[in-house]
This record gives sequence, structure tokens and C-alpha cells, in this order.
Amino acid sequence: MISQLTRDERSSAMILCTILVIFGGVLGIAGRDDVLGFHGALLAACGIGLLFMIMNRYHDAEPDPDGIKKYYDDPTKVGVIVSMIWLVFATFIGDWVAWLLVFPEATFDAGWASFGRLRPVHTTGVIFGFGGNALIATSFHVLQRTSRARLSDNISPWVVIIGFNLFCLMAVTGYMFGITASKEYAEPEWYADIFLVVIWVVYFVLYLRTLARRQEPHIYVANWYFMAFILVVAILHIINNLAVPVSLGHAKSYSLFSGVQDAMTQWWYGHNAVAFFLTSGFLGMLYYYLPRRAGRPIFSYRMSIISFWGITFLYMWAGSHHLHYTALPHWVQNLGMTFSIILVVPSWASAGNALLTLNGAWEKVRDDATLRFMFVAAVFYGLSTFEGSFMAIRPVNSLSHYTDWTVGHVHAGALGWVAMITFGAFYTLVPMLWNRERMYSSRLIEAHFWLALSGTVIYVFSMWNSGIIQGLMWRAYAENGTLAYSFIDSVDAMAPYYVARAVGGFLFFLGGVIGLYNIWKTIKMPAQENAPVYDLPPVVDPEPAE
Amino acid sequence: MLDKHAKLERNALAFVFAIIFVASIGGIVEIAPLFTIDETVEEVEDMRVYTPLEVAGRNIYIREGCYACHSQMIRTLQDEVERYGPYSLAVESQYDHPMLWGSKRTGPDLARIGEKYSDAWHVAHLINPRDVVPSSVMPSYAWLQRNTLKYEDLGLHLSALRKVGVPYTDEMIENAAQDAYGQTRPDSDGADGFLERYGEDSNVSAFDGDPNRITEMDALVAYLQILGHLTDVAQQTSSPEQQTSNLANGD
Repeated sequence: MISQLTRDERSSAMILCTILVIFGGVLGIAGRDDVLGFHGALLAACGIGLLFMIMNRYHDAEPDPDGIKKYYDDPTKVGVIVSMIWLVFATFIGDWVAWLLVFPEATFDAGWASFGRLRPVHTTGVIFGFGGNALIATSFHVLQRTSRARLSDNISPWVVIIGFNLFCLMAVTGYMFGITASKEYAEPEWYADIFLVVIWVVYFVLYLRTLARRQEPHIYVANWYFMAFILVVAILHIINNLAVPVSLGHAKSYSLFSGVQDAMTQWWYGHNAVAFFLTSGFLGMLYYYLPRRAGRPIFSYRMSIISFWGITFLYMWAGSHHLHYTALPHWVQNLGMTFSIILVVPSWASAGNALLTLNGAWEKVRDDATLRFMFVAAVFYGLSTFEGSFMAIRPVNSLSHYTDWTVGHVHAGALGWVAMITFGAFYTLVPMLWNRERMYSSRLIEAHFWLALSGTVIYVFSMWNSGIIQGLMWRAYAENGTLAYSFIDSVDAMAPYYVARAVGGFLFFLGGVIGLYNIWKTIKMPAQENAPVYDLPPVVDPEPAE
Repeated sequence: MLDKHAKLERNALAFVFAIIFVASIGGIVEIAPLFTIDETVEEVEDMRVYTPLEVAGRNIYIREGCYACHSQMIRTLQDEVERYGPYSLAVESQYDHPMLWGSKRTGPDLARIGEKYSDAWHVAHLINPRDVVPSSVMPSYAWLQRNTLKYEDLGLHLSALRKVGVPYTDEMIENAAQDAYGQTRPDSDGADGFLERYGEDSNVSAFDGDPNRITEMDALVAYLQILGHLTDVAQQTSSPEQQTSNLANGD
């Protein structure tokens, strides 16, 4: 890593580390009576650790000047590995909290181990830790290949990867200590939020500067999605997290908005985190790795355009379907429902485009588990977007809202779509990155595939069952006109489904462990002399490099 | 159309602005009016603010992630009104920074849980839910009873809340810590000062049963007992019977 940096770059990296140490130190001192102090110390310690790493290697030989003619993939390599580690950690926590609903006593009489504190550890770990790192890693890779240009500099990709993971680390440790802003999927407190804004600006500038060096006149579809992901997530993050801290020494802050306005802002954020983080970003991944693995061009350019702008425009209206029948004004609920239903059009255009791209390569889907991961991802994307539009219809929502059906829906999307497309992309990407002929074991990819698929199906089916039963029991009337069931009756009825869900989750977790092992063994395989040439090289200034 | 798009694809900055423009419309149309239209939040005269102890309790509710399993938003559906009470009005969460409407009911809605059970019931339930509800899947929160509440800095909390729009007076902010203490000690001087500032109807009680210590349990129970009682408007404007007659089942 450090050997790839020139001496000047090592110096700039040391300056950045020093800034991190100072920032962490200031937070640590200001918040010494609070968990804020711990997070300050964490940042400062990471900064010092990085400083020592660089100082140790500072006088090592400078990299080969010809290296600048190659793509810069070290940050992507780190991103892939870290992403898989987050996956294993966060799905483990997810399965743990699933078992907590079966064995509620298993909290060791301690706050950090209770469902309420661990649940955001799971969601943040999966969405941001696993998903975020996967997006950052693949976006760097895709951006360079589709632009035929090297990343614009060697430092800012590291700022993005390291900074983003420090943000995730502050988030999950904070929850266990009880630091949370309580906004779902935006739980980190004000100082972590500000930290992320800085990291995100660096990411965006890096993206634009690299695009500016592109040798292809057109910006490829995958990059449209990655740009929408970076830009809109920034807008959502900043507005939804506006808050006034108790003091500069307190981690706690109070949201600027309250009540109905806060609810609408939160679900405008929440739904579009799904849209621009978990959909746009991963569609960017799909639009590059699926055609590459299938060896076929994207079916329709026109459908790509329609679905891209459809998703970018329509999703932002849909958030209010999280607030049907609440104190939110009726007209906003109806707008949300209407746009949610229309949203199925661009969503299915994307899913259809992916499946039609595979049309003609079905024998590859049958034989190659990597491509099958991406095929199943496109199917689940189609299914869960349809389900989402369906659940946004007011009368349907009156049944599904507040129940496990929502949890099932989210996991159909997160496990079936987001995780599967990532596994497909990673198994395509890892041999390219480390210059291997293939993954260490294709049988382990098969095993991972079937574990992931069966885990997802068990999970989703048990939550459909429990959710619909819950919803029906809550609204059931006895013959004499009174409510037929008490609330605890509905809790009792959930017991078998909570066990089934936890079993499904465990299978999925197991698949992730196998995936991490397989990737690790691939990296450890001896380098191959005649590994295939995967990419056209970057075009380096006037003369084309050949 | 495709030609125009082909041009757009060649210009990164134009593409960036196009994304920002297209993505902004929905939020601007749906969110901005909520801050300006008067009908969004009802005007109510008897709306009171959370006391310092209740603020502390609310922060514990947030810290423990109670909102992950309990909603605080009764929907305009007949069965919900019959199960939980009058449907929630916007004004009832007017001072909730942030709102805690929730999105999941692994446990029941809590929007009107206040005064439904005794303090002793809540303490017993939080110490071990299965003592009072045998098949409950809620974790035990016994350690709340062991943790002394950090209440010295509640003035800072009230003052931050005032910055975002909650009408705390200077006097309330100055006496915040003392009032948190006073609310847990019936018949003390502190309780008198507290009642003077927050109104005679406020709950003064040794919530956790031990008047000699102020614990996190005190704060959380104080908060749970005020839920649904910051204003009586939902009960006054319509009885549950009247409310249900306005509602269709399902839609």
C-alpha cells in the first residue's frame, strides 16, 4: 500500500494523519466526560497508528514511475476485504438479535447486549459497512475501466476508504454505548455526521476529477448511477441530520425538526437511502459486472436511460408511504402512494434490462454460480420493487405496516438483491484484482450460492407469514364486536416464525463466512505467470499505451 | 431525445446538475409546505412541554432503542383506536425532537401508555417483563434501577431544545437539575418549585419506589407516564366512539 505512494504523497498522507490526530484529540478533550471522548480517542489512535505505519516505510524505495500508467486498485482491494469482514460481523449480529426474540433473556444483564442497542449495529454494519465499502470499492474499479483513466490521485481514495470505515466504527461502537440519534438508518450523532460529510466531499471530488480524465467521450451508465448515489446521499444525509448538540462536549444532539415535519424528513431520507444507496449504487455495480461476466452487452440503452431518470425522479416522492394513516397530511400520503406505484415502471425496466441481457447466455447462468448470483439478484430486485409498490397502496399498508412483513420486504431487497449482486460482482472482481485465473474454489461459490438463496427464501417466507398473521390478528373482531386478540396473543403466534427466521439468517451468515474464506484463499494462491489480461490499459496522455 | 441525452452523457458537470435538479423536486413539493401550511399542526392551548426528568427519560428511551419495537403513532384505523385510544394528532409530537413515531410493533404502541398502568407495574415490567407478561419477548432492563441518573447537565439539554423551538423559560432552564430531583420527591420543597414551573397537574412521584435515589428507572417511568398526556386535545375533540365513527375499516 504505502510502497505505491511517492515520497511527496507519503508526506501529504502524514499531514492528513496529523489533522486526524488533532481532530480526534480536540473531540477527546472536549468530550472527556462523555462517550464523545472515547470516539475522539479512537480517531486520534487511528491517526497515530497510520502515522507510524507511514513513518516506518517513509524511506522505502519510491514506486516505479511507469506504475502511473496502470490503474490504481489497492484501495479497491482493501475495500473488498473490509466489506466482506463487515458482512460476516453484521450478519452475525443480525442473527444474534433474531435469536434474542426467541431467547429474550440472553442479554447478560447489560445494556450493550439488548435488542434495541444491537439492532442498529446490525443495520449500520450491513448497509454502510458491507454495502458502503462494496460500493466504494467497485465504484473505483468501474470508474477507471469505463473511463480508461487512472484515479486522479493516490491519496484521496485512501481518505475515502479509511475515513468511511472510521465513520462506521464510530457508529456501531456508539450504539453499544447508547449513542444514537434514533433516526432509522441515520443513527450516528452530529460529530460522526460532520465527519462523514467531509469524507463524502472527497469521494465526490475524486469521482469528478477522474471522470474529467476519461478517454471515452460518453460517461458509461454505471457511472450515472454511482454519481446519483454519491450526490443524493449527500443531500439526504445533510438535511436529515440537521441538529443542535447539547454542547460541544456532548455526543447528544436534538434534531432541528420535530413531530410531523421530522417524520416526513426522516422517511424522505429513509426511503431514499434505500433508493440511492441500496438501489442506484448497486445498479451501477450491475450495469458493469453483469454484462462483463455474461460476455454480452447491455440489452437496451434506451431502457437504461428511462430507468435511470425514472428512479432518480420518482423515488424522492415515495417516502411518505411510510406514514400512511398517521398525522401526516392526507395529500402527502396520497402523493407518496401514487409515485410509489409508478415507480414499478423504471424499476422493472432495470430488472428487465438485466434479465434480457442474460437472454442468450442461460447456459452460463446454469453453469456459473457467479453469474447465477447476479441473475438471482435481478430477479429479487424485480420482486421486491413490485412488493414495495404493492405495500405502498394505502389499504395494503394498513395491514402490512408495523408488522414483520416490512422486515421481510427489506430483507428480500437486502439479502436477495443487494448482497447477491455484490457477491456476483466480488467473485468476478477478485480474480481480476489479484491477477488470478479464477477464484480459489468454484465449489465453494456454489455452496455460498445455495446457502445464500435458501437462507433468503426461508427468511422472507417466515416474515411474510408472521407479518400477515400479526396484521390480521390486530384487526380481527370477535362476534360480539370486540377485538378478538390481545397484543400478547399476536406475540405468541410469532414464536415459530422467529425461530425459522433466525435459522434462515444463520444459513445466510454461513454463506458469507464461506465467501470470505474463498476470497482469502484466492488472494493467497500463488501468483500466476499467465493469468489472463482482464482489462484494456488506461490511456496515458497523448500517445495510447500499448 | 436520445441525441440530447447523448450530449448530456458527455458532460459530467451538466449531468451532476441534472441529477440534483431532478432529485430535488419531490422533496421540495412534499416537505417544504409542511413547514408553512397552518393546518399541518393543530393549534392547542393546553400543550405542555416535557419536564427535565421526562426529557432525561425520553433520552433513555432513545438510547435503548425502544423505538425499534414500539411505535408512538396510533393510525386512523378503527381497530387501532379501539386498542390504543384516540388516533394521534400532529400537535402531540410538536415538541418531539426527534419524533419517535417508530416503524415496527414487535411490542404494542405506546403513544397513550401514560397513566394506563401504575409506576410499580412499569418498574416491575422493566426489571423483568416476564414477571408481569409471561410470554413477553422484551429484554430485561433491571440495570436502569441500579444506574444513578445523570441529571446535573439537564439545563444544557433544555437550552438546546429551546434553540430548536421548544418554549422553555429561563427559569426552567436554570432550575432544570433541581426540578428533575424535585419531581421524584413528593412533598419536598423541590417538588413545590417544580409544580410551580410545570403546572399542578404534573406527575410528582418516587417513580422507582425509592425516593432517596434518582435513577434512570425514575426518568424512564416518568417519561412513559406522560405519553399521550402532553395535551388532552385528542380525548376532548373526539371520544374514541366519535373517532371510530369517522373511520372506515381498512380505508
